[in-house]
Amino acid sequence: MIREAESNSGVEIIKLEDARKIYQMGSSEVNALGGVTLTFKRGSFWAIMGPSGSGKSTMMNVLGCLDRLSSGRYILEGRDVSTLNDDSLSEMRLRHLGFIFQSFNLIPQLTVQRNIELPLYYLGWEASSSAERAKELAEKVGLTERLDHRPSELSGGQMQRVAIARALANDPQIIFADEPTGNLDTATGKEILGLLNELNGQGKTIIMVTHEMDVAAYSRQRLHMLDGVVDRIEGEEQ
Amino acid sequence: MRQIKLARNILLGMEDLLLHKLRSFLTTLGIVFGVGSVVAMLSVGEGASKEAMDSIRKLGSNNIIVSSAKSIEEESTSTAHSHMGIYGLTYDDYARVTETFKAIRQTAPVKLIRKEGRLGERALELRIVGTTPVWFDLVQRPIVAGRVLIASDDNGRAPAAVLTEWGARKLLAAENTIGQTLKIGGDRFEIVGIVQSESGQAGNIQIPDQEVDVYIPINVAHSYFGDIMARMTSGTFERELVELHQMIVQVNSIEDVEPTAKGIEDMLKRFHKKKDYLVSVPLALLRQAEATKRRFNIVLGSIAGISLLVGGIGIMNIMLASVTERTREIGIRRAIGAKRRQIISQFLIETVVLSIIGGLIGIGLGVLVPFLITYFSDMPTVITVASIVLPLVISFGVGIVFGLYPAIRAAKVDPIVALRHE
Repeated sequence: MIREAESNSGVEIIKLEDARKIYQMGSSEVNALGGVTLTFKRGSFWAIMGPSGSGKSTMMNVLGCLDRLSSGRYILEGRDVSTLNDDSLSEMRLRHLGFIFQSFNLIPQLTVQRNIELPLYYLGWEASSSAERAKELAEKVGLTERLDHRPSELSGGQMQRVAIARALANDPQIIFADEPTGNLDTATGKEILGLLNELNGQGKTIIMVTHEMDVAAYSRQRLHMLDGVVDRIEGEEQ
Repeated sequence: MRQIKLARNILLGMEDLLLHKLRSFLTTLGIVFGVGSVVAMLSVGEGASKEAMDSIRKLGSNNIIVSSAKSIEEESTSTAHSHMGIYGLTYDDYARVTETFKAIRQTAPVKLIRKEGRLGERALELRIVGTTPVWFDLVQRPIVAGRVLIASDDNGRAPAAVLTEWGARKLLAAENTIGQTLKIGGDRFEIVGIVQSESGQAGNIQIPDQEVDVYIPINVAHSYFGDIMARMTSGTFERELVELHQMIVQVNSIEDVEPTAKGIEDMLKRFHKKKDYLVSVPLALLRQAEATKRRFNIVLGSIAGISLLVGGIGIMNIMLASVTERTREIGIRRAIGAKRRQIISQFLIETVVLSIIGGLIGIGLGVLVPFLITYFSDMPTVITVASIVLPLVISFGVGIVFGLYPAIRAAKVDPIVALRHE
């Protein structure tokens, strides 16, 4: 028993206990999350699925430390983050998490290099070492020649590669991908998903929100949400 | 380390501003003109007041000047035919004042006479100033050539004359003029020296150098020309008896100035039936000028304050628009892990950089304008360190004050909402 508990705590990276999120919409309350309890293991590749309004975006925001629970507990990397203040949540995102978005969310006036360097800037890295890191990452996602370009000069696939490089800059344990292929054609989408798969193979935990089955097929586990609660879980045994 | 980080943040802020060159430029215009007008107005004001103060200071802050003045009654009756006006300070007044007050260090009497004079071929109307050697102590003027009056001139009734540089030039005199003879009326005077002219107007108290002045010993003036002056004014023949036109009194210390002036005033009141004298104190004028300057500065300050307020509001307006426009960027930065205060400092630095650049351009403009004013109109302008540093500090302050609210607004952006923002 004791041994099992120890090994579990080593493997668990995310743990939700009766997580609830209630939004006040005028006079009525909306249960975006209605009591979710789950654990994600280190190195897993999850797809969170569900129709719109199912609570998958809220789930993503809570797990990504962008939003706080109304009640319940959220343990991230063995740390209870449900009671943290805004600054500490920022610190968690900065040090442990990486984000990839459907609309890439690059800063238009900054070059590719500057976009990739952004987390390092907030981590307080020196200019020379962060430039070096940005070059490394650009090479990893195959964009070495584009470092001085602005996002507007890139294709969608290239922009998403920049976003991935940026998400990797702080060497996070978990990468959140919110509909990462939503704005890409199928072929480019497959490339991006391949890249995510590769990162998962290198030990990163990946949590992806999508509503497309064939995108979700790249994940190893799928969490189906419905009306703010977990509908079902499928895929490999945890 | 912190300085390096700050320098980097400032550079990043400048990069962002350079992305919108025209907008940034237009935004700073308010500050540019605000600061520019402050610097320009300060320097013009400073120049004017410096000129006034200098001329007052030249009268000596330890001096009291007592002048003869036609009383009001005298003014009205003097229109009568062949009336002889008798007024002003007397030799007795001079002696009394000199003897009575302990605080007085020295006094110089001044007697003014207008007469035609001739040097060689050149004839001009002169203003003859009869005085004692003390005068040259009280109203200090560098000697250009020769010497000033000395006690032996006065006591020995030597017909010595000192010219001013300006007067000498009018009389076409050169340095070798020293020792030559200047004929005044029928009398012959020896030119013993030339002193520097006083530039600018010193007001009506000091003898302005717009005339060809000749300084001669007062005893000589008295015995040669007497005390009665006759002249034709608007068809009437007018005669005046004035013994002394002016008395310059120097007291020992600045604290003695006002009590002594009061004492002289009281004494003259006792001996004069009419108020035919005027006691003026350069120190009081100086104080008055300083008060005027202060008032002027308050007015300037208010105008400057208003224009900087307008400039600041302009900056705030644009920064608020910029925050709205960059909501998504803020959201991205926050999602990546930027803390609220880092967003605040980003926007605050941009505003401060913007307003300081505006301030610097404004100072450039504000320095150029007085320069042009002086160049084209001979009006003196003075640029002090304060008139440059102050606007710079103010523009920094404007940046902070008017940048804070937009920056706080930026930091309050909810990353979740911002990331959905299109």
